[in-house]
Amino acid sequence: MQGGNVILLSFIVAFILSMIPLPQILQTVRPEFVTIVLIYWCIAIPNRVGVGIGWIVGLVVDVSTDALLGQHALTLALIAYLAIKLHQRIRIFPIWQQALTILVLMMFQGTITLWIKGMLGDAPALSVFILPAFSTALFWPVAYLLMRQIRRYYQIN
Amino acid sequence: MTLDHRTTHVNTLRSSIAVLVYPLQYLVNFPANVGDWASDSFTSRKTLREDNTTLRTQNLILTTQLQKLNFIEAENIHLRNLLESSKRVGERILIAELLSVDMDPYKQQVTINKGSVANDDIYSGQPFVDAKGVMGKLVHIEPFSSTALLITDPGHALPIQVNRNGLRAIAKGTGSQTRLEIPHLPNNADIKVGDLLVTSGLGCVFPVGYPAAIVVEINIDPSLPFAEVLAEPVAELDRSRDILLVWPGGKAKPNPANPCQMESSLKSENTTQIESLKKNNPAKEKKAP
Repeated sequence: MQGGNVILLSFIVAFILSMIPLPQILQTVRPEFVTIVLIYWCIAIPNRVGVGIGWIVGLVVDVSTDALLGQHALTLALIAYLAIKLHQRIRIFPIWQQALTILVLMMFQGTITLWIKGMLGDAPALSVFILPAFSTALFWPVAYLLMRQIRRYYQIN
Repeated sequence: MTLDHRTTHVNTLRSSIAVLVYPLQYLVNFPANVGDWASDSFTSRKTLREDNTTLRTQNLILTTQLQKLNFIEAENIHLRNLLESSKRVGERILIAELLSVDMDPYKQQVTINKGSVANDDIYSGQPFVDAKGVMGKLVHIEPFSSTALLITDPGHALPIQVNRNGLRAIAKGTGSQTRLEIPHLPNNADIKVGDLLVTSGLGCVFPVGYPAAIVVEINIDPSLPFAEVLAEPVAELDRSRDILLVWPGGKAKPNPANPCQMESSLKSENTTQIESLKKNNPAKEKKAP
């Protein structure tokens, strides 16, 4: 059970990145750093990071973005479930195919969020989910290579 | 999720997670703090002197205006006494600072650095303003910070009146930081580009008389029942860092279910006023025949 601190730290860094103030235009295309980190750990060490962690991380995201409590908890738990379900396939994909898978996962997350927000009566425009989905997919190769280095360096498995 | 939407039971859970999130927010805000501190510390003597002179002049002008204001306020209270209408309670304020932290980009929200630990009398629904005008109201009070909704959030509506003629309306947020829309105004409503919109105080959440927005665009389409009126908020929603929290009813907290009723001491005052009105009315009825 080594590297717990590194996993925690990676989530903290992801949270900070998702809170750093950006200009309005960049805000709308900011990748979902927390989701990327969660997906990576789910694929790399599915025996340690899974639905439970996804749910807890989601609750923290809910509070930090002042969303409905449970909204991100639900979507991230589902994402974690899918990532674990697909992890053996995703691992052997070339990196651009991984990015496409991430795109699909992000679209899925967007759909769930849209449903929840629609039920509350404040459904935003569709671009709200499509732009971050694409930027997250584009950011995936960088994040993947970086996090693989980190994982190998600290020998987390 | 339903619990959070419908009730307030999960607020304690939210507050306890918020305690975990606060260090992160503080960390993200830290560079901005350092920047402020550095620009404060390393300003040249010349800038300070210039600032000092402009502030002195401004202060002189403002105090001169204040002399008249005292007189006008006294006159106003006197006239209101004559009319036997309710007195306006003095407002209490508290200075707070925005944390430079990004949240959901599709909601117009901000985080402020006041929480329930240090200031236990801030409350959910409390309005806040900056030096220019109304900014929004608090939605979640957490131990070390609070989140607030700006008046430009699509889910926010602000009761306003046109300062020129008292025409009442509602200003809804559009999601853009520079636009409010005023729906349901008939095509022949007396409203012009350049009109100042001030809060009307109806609904009792926002105090009366704070400037809110300036009308910038009016589109009248005869085929539509209502005019399309757009206004620009006067508060510097995207630039202000120092804000003022306002207690519209002085010390008392309003009742969350109905902000027009106060929870503590002022309640009795209001009821006595209503009773005195009731006493006055039968007297008039007696006189009438």
